[in-house]
Amino acid sequence: MKTYRTHLMVCAGTGCVSCGSLNLKDHLESELKARGLSDEVRVVITGCNGFCAEGPIMVVYPEGIFYKKLTPDDIPFLVEEHFLKGRPVEKFLYSEPTIKEKVPLLKDIPFFQYQVLRALRNRGLIDAENIDEYIARDGYAALSKVLFSMTPEEVTQEIKISGLRGRGGAGFPTGLKWEEGRRYNSFPKYVICNGDEGDPGAFMDRSVLEADPHSVLEGMIICGYALDAHQGHIYVRAEYPLAIHRLNIAIEQARNYGLLGKDILGSGFDFDISIYPGAGAFVCGESTALMYSLEGKRGMPRIKPPRSTEAGLWGQPTVLNNVETLANVPPILLKGGEWFASLGTVGSKGTKVFALTGTVNNVGLIEVPMGTTLQTIVYDIGGGIPEKREFKAVQIGGPSGACLPASLLNIEVDFDSLDEAGAMMGSGGLVVMNDSTCMVDTARFFTDFSVDESCGKCVPCRVGMKVMLNILNRIVEGKGEMEDIERLERLGHHIKESSHCGLGKTAPNPVLSTIRYFRNEYEAHIQGKRCPALVCVDLIQFHVDQEKCKMCGLCKKACPMEAITWEKKTPANITIEKCIRCRSCIQACKFRAIE
Amino acid sequence: MVMAKLTIEDLKRIKEEVRSTTALREGGFRARINIHMGTCGIAAGARKLMSAVLKEIEERKINDVIVTTSGCAGLCSREPMATVEILGKPPVKYCDLNEDKMREIFTQHILKGEMVEAYALARGSETTY
Repeated sequence: MKTYRTHLMVCAGTGCVSCGSLNLKDHLESELKARGLSDEVRVVITGCNGFCAEGPIMVVYPEGIFYKKLTPDDIPFLVEEHFLKGRPVEKFLYSEPTIKEKVPLLKDIPFFQYQVLRALRNRGLIDAENIDEYIARDGYAALSKVLFSMTPEEVTQEIKISGLRGRGGAGFPTGLKWEEGRRYNSFPKYVICNGDEGDPGAFMDRSVLEADPHSVLEGMIICGYALDAHQGHIYVRAEYPLAIHRLNIAIEQARNYGLLGKDILGSGFDFDISIYPGAGAFVCGESTALMYSLEGKRGMPRIKPPRSTEAGLWGQPTVLNNVETLANVPPILLKGGEWFASLGTVGSKGTKVFALTGTVNNVGLIEVPMGTTLQTIVYDIGGGIPEKREFKAVQIGGPSGACLPASLLNIEVDFDSLDEAGAMMGSGGLVVMNDSTCMVDTARFFTDFSVDESCGKCVPCRVGMKVMLNILNRIVEGKGEMEDIERLERLGHHIKESSHCGLGKTAPNPVLSTIRYFRNEYEAHIQGKRCPALVCVDLIQFHVDQEKCKMCGLCKKACPMEAITWEKKTPANITIEKCIRCRSCIQACKFRAIE
Repeated sequence: MVMAKLTIEDLKRIKEEVRSTTALREGGFRARINIHMGTCGIAAGARKLMSAVLKEIEERKINDVIVTTSGCAGLCSREPMATVEILGKPPVKYCDLNEDKMREIFTQHILKGEMVEAYALARGSETTY
């Protein structure tokens, strides 16, 4: 292997690629060449680094220096200063907002400090398209250990000891699922990787597939060995072209090395994997619907039992695991179930990957031990709320999750504590909302999503959710009645109890949780006919508070209809006849003078 | 591209071969060689030192030594210069180097841990990250 003194790890996750990281790589390479550094400095393309808010990102090793928001114009200076003369360039370093100081090293940045990487153990450290680099970091070592020194029962037992639970949302114990799948003696059996990530704002699975596809393949092969299955399918959204591209490369490389196919590593065990791009229906993330979709049928859940482990794909025993679950498998077999279980809470072991988005400073992908508090996630890792706004709620678990208020920020995030709070882990989307968010409108948005995505097979979900949406629409238009709150609660509970699949059973969660924690906002909409966050346009007066107005004129500039009259040193006024209620003035006003 | 199927031994071999590449990104080094790459250093032949060091590392398959660069140390007349640091011990600056001297320092200081007095200028180092 050729030795380079410096490795430049350029992030090529979807986030950084969309802000130009591949173009950056080309500029870097040509500049290094021009400076005669091509033999000393190597440019490596990695998967998602996680700190998407600061992209495009580049990390320089061996020092571990973190550069952010680089542009092609920065490259000549950077190459001369740092890679030739060894002087890190301060202006491209990350600046910590709380202390307003530059933090040169990745390991010192708070965003990374609180994280523990297990599923994402190779993130930013390997070239996702190079199987050798995966192997160098203990890749496929678990597989060879399993194939040559463990029985399938021992493999399953190790997973049971680890306490690993499904990372796709429901949290079903993985070891138990594998044991079930092993028990049924009907062949062929199948292993499915569920990469149909559909929650708004969630991108955990995509990042794992893009950054470390081999970890998922290795997990699937091990699962196949435990079940005596020889065929795996990866169901991944067609909207994830980069993930599919890298998976294809990974599968091809693994086949060439004999890590997929016949007689893997000379062990006599056969296993192969194919990719199935899904068309992007939310319901196809549900396991039985996913299997119908794989069979070429309409994606609709079916009644269980029988469970998929007994009769799944093509009616055969099938184990379906989420991407992140499978990525956790190889280290468990290599280091032991007890190693995995040493981290986490009583009922939830290990770590969880979250996609942190919304109104938070550090948007990105994080992995933290189970039991980490929301406070740590939002403030220490997320860096708090931007633009001097206040935290209002965090939406956890996607469209069937819940909105948790500030009073629950000290909740330790795991499967059980979230369940108690009326929320759910879901696949790991965390959307932070500030005080300019209307909780009724948020509940309405997610209900609207669930109505759109309902497959329509069962009445409670198809009709019930539609009725809930109508009631919510009425409330945000100012036509609500106090009885509506009780109607929503009653109907929500009916839908939860009587729906057919997991999606219907959880779809009322956003409404129920916002009523539970933000009931006063519902009451303000219904009784006071006002929207405290100034979001629901039918309930805003569009009136300038003459005392709060600082006479700056920003609202007048923002108004597309010239409905605002303002002159220097006089408060603004809105001519209501011309106003189209677009909220541009509300967003422009820094003093919250418009009501 | 069709390759021969791997065995467990092949897997271990690939791991060992590529290990030096990924180890560079993981920290935990035993020693560091810093080559001074100011305009003066480059003019005096620092690039040759760099090539010599990288070649040594490559040929000896070493994965616990890192190579960094820094700017002018302020002593332009004594370039090319390099600073060698065995972790936990004070760094040593060497001056008036050439490729042969650099290789000698590599064997004596980096590998055997014995400072080469004859080429040494001083102990101590400027700060880089």
